[in-house]
This record gives sequence, structure tokens and C-alpha cells, in this order.
Amino acid sequence: MVREYLRVMAVFHEDGSILPVSFKLPDGRGFAVQRVSDRRPAPSLKAGGQGMRYTCTVLGKRIYLFLDENKWFMEMP
Amino acid sequence: MHCDLNSFYASVEILYRPELKELPVAVCGEIEQRHGIVLAKNILAKRAGIITGEAVWQARQKCPPLVVLSPSYGLYLRFSKMAREIYSRHTPYIESFGIDECWLDVTCAVKSVPGGANQIAQDILNSIRKELGITVSVGVSWNKVFAKLGSDLKKPDAVTVITKDDFRRLVWPLPAKDLLYVGRATWRRLQDAGICTIGGIANAPLSTLRSMLGKWGETLHMFANGMDASPVMPKDWEEEVKGVGNSITTPRDICSEADAKQVFYALAESVAERMRKKGFLGTTLQIWVRDTQLGSFTRQCVLQRPTCLASEMASCAMDLFRRHWSRGRPLRSLGLCMSGLYAAGDGRQLSLFPLAEDKAEALERSIDVIRQRFGHAAIKRALMLGDTALSPNPDKEDSIHGVAFMR
Repeated sequence: MVREYLRVMAVFHEDGSILPVSFKLPDGRGFAVQRVSDRRPAPSLKAGGQGMRYTCTVLGKRIYLFLDENKWFMEMP
Repeated sequence: MHCDLNSFYASVEILYRPELKELPVAVCGEIEQRHGIVLAKNILAKRAGIITGEAVWQARQKCPPLVVLSPSYGLYLRFSKMAREIYSRHTPYIESFGIDECWLDVTCAVKSVPGGANQIAQDILNSIRKELGITVSVGVSWNKVFAKLGSDLKKPDAVTVITKDDFRRLVWPLPAKDLLYVGRATWRRLQDAGICTIGGIANAPLSTLRSMLGKWGETLHMFANGMDASPVMPKDWEEEVKGVGNSITTPRDICSEADAKQVFYALAESVAERMRKKGFLGTTLQIWVRDTQLGSFTRQCVLQRPTCLASEMASCAMDLFRRHWSRGRPLRSLGLCMSGLYAAGDGRQLSLFPLAEDKAEALERSIDVIRQRFGHAAIKRALMLGDTALSPNPDKEDSIHGVAFMR
């Protein structure tokens, strides 16, 4: 697993919270985030690194998006 | 309680580079900048005999497969801040002791938690591991000295509780050098006197310790008997500033007066800027000079008038330097410190001819504003254009300063 940094569209809410809406993989494919079910600070045990971990549903699958200070990354095989 | 983030720099680095998990890793200062010593190491490097503070080449000799990494201070400061945020869920009394250690006073929190201090320590342990991905060891006791000792007893990711009932069993058999403030010299003296354990210090006659170590003897006797009563300071507490100083090891040797002048100006600018930011004036200037054989000396002088001006500090430092430097001896590090501080608003003795000094102060304050807006490199003295290696800005945002227990 590697840490892949991504281009992410996110919404900044009035209370200061940030939620990802969609993201683009390095190969150009874009995906919409259907649902964010959890948000907590956590390390990435598979790819290394640490940040605010968003548990997202994308195409019916559960994935993690990490906000590492001001950069977003995803665990990629 | 005392929380110690285990192998802090190395753990954070490995967190970001999990492929290094199974290798001996040491975080070391930049060799090119001549800061090439081991700053932190992981457990595998420790097992290979690597010691914090030794030169990188020594470490490599002991352990050829050692992975040497450069420090990322900004990242460590971020993790240190996140750890303190976790601590602050339990108490506002958090006293930092360096970047990776903190004392917490949980006396009030203990009353509302069923498992007491032990449970709070476990909660902290779990939160640090789950949220930050690194580990902490926690020492729980009724005083700061034993709490710190406790956090060293079991590592990593462990809690050690030392109570008034069992400290004789847990602490007293430990070697005396494990006690806070027993350094190499004190340890040698204690051994010479046949005192090898903390229990030995606790049970030695006070007069013996006093005659051997002066008032430190009394302090260590109190520490060893669990009678340290120093409080944990709240997290917004700021200690009284007694001096403002900077020192630097330059990437190449300082061989001439011109080299030294450039370095002293760089140091004085950084010190003066910090003093102005905090609103201080200083009366005593001290220089510290270390040669390539690591021999060093300090010299100080009292200035004619209190100042916060880099130009005055640097020219005074150069006067001192010219008088005391054996010409031709190459130097490795220089330092400059201002003490005898008081607040600029408290009033000061005015000079009979204030015009030139006021102008100089207005000029330096303008430079501060320019640097604040456009960065440190936006404006510099022509002197600094010589050898840029001799004039880095030592007052970087990610500087990490040491802390003393006795203040």
C-alpha cells in the first residue's frame, strides 16, 4: 500500500468542519463521495502517515480519505 | 503523571515511512551543517548500541545497516501539539518538558474517573496510539520526579504507577544515575562514596550528601525520598525570561575576525529581534566561543546603556571577541546571549545624546516590520552577502529549545 496524494473537492462548513465531496485519482478518473460516515484523527496503518481520517462510501465501497494538515491522501495498492 | 512519547522523532518518521519499520533507524542532524549527531533512534537501533548524542560516523560504525534520516522539526512540533491536545482532555495543568515530554496534574480529574489516575493514563495511552499512531509511556506518582522515573521504567506503550507504599520497592533499587539531575559527574562522585542506588541517596546522611554535592545533595536527598513538591504549571503559564540568546555551529570553520563578525551580526539580529518582539531591553552581553577541538569559553560585559539593538550587541560582542580569541585558532560555534533584562516600558536612563541611538532603534524596528511582511531575507546587511553559510537566520519558526527542570 502506498500513500497517494489526491486532488479533492471539499465543502467548508460554517462551523469550520470540512467534508470531502469528490476526488480525482492520478490517472484522471473522478469519483463522488456518496456518504461520510465517520471523521476522526487516525494514522494510516497501511500506507503510513497521519491525519483527519474520513470514512467515505464511494461506489458503494468503504474507503478512507485522510486530510494530512492541508493535503489529502488515500491508501492505494 | 509524566508522559514521554517513545523514540519521538524516529517514531514519527517511521509512521510516515512504514517500510522502515523493521530496520534500525536514527534521526540525525545535518552532516553538511556539522550538526551530525544522533538525535533519536528506534528500538532496533538502540539494540544495536546506538546512543543519542553520538556522532553519525560512530553510529554507522556500530551498525552499518543503520538508516539515517534528517529531522523534520515542523512535523514533530505538529505531533507534539496534537499530543498536548489529547492531554488537555483530562486536565488544564500540562507542563511541557521538551518537545516529547509533559507533566500532567490530574488530581482533580481523578475524582470523577472510576479507575483513577491509572485509568486516565490508559486512556491517554490508547488515544495517542489510535489517533497519532505513535506510542507513549506514562509514569503515575504523587510527585513529578517519581512520575518521570516511572515513565522511564516500562517502555514503550506502558503505564507504571509508583505509590507512597511501593516506591521503596520500585525506585530505591534503581541505579542512582536514573534519578533526575544525577548527571555523569554527580554519578561518579556518588559511586566514589559507595552510593550506587537511589535508595542509597535516600538513606545517606544529609551531611554526607551536603559535603559531597553542596545544596544539590539536599535536593537529591529530597528527590530520592519522594519529597519533591514542585507543582505542575498550567499550560498557558510562561516562565519569567531571564535571558535571550542564540548560538550556532557554522557549516564551515570560522577562521578570521571577518567571519566571526558576520556570525555575531547574524546572532545579534536574531536576539535583538526577539527582544524587541517581547519588549525587553538588556544590560549584560555574553559571548560563547567553541573551537574545533570542542574547547569553549564564555565572556561577558555590562553595556553602557540597556539596549535591544543588534548593531550595539554585535559591536560589543566583537570587542569581547577580539580581546579573548587566540588569533588563528579555528572556531566551530559562536553564541550570543543578553541578560539583565527588563521591560522596555519600565523606563530607562536616557543618554545625553539620544539622537543617534533613537534613529538606530527606529531603523531596526523598520527592518523588523519589513521582515514580518516580506520574510527574513527581504532585507539584510551588506555584511551578510559575504559567505551565506555563515549567516543563516537562527531564529527559525521550527526551532526546538531545551528545557530545564530547575528554573
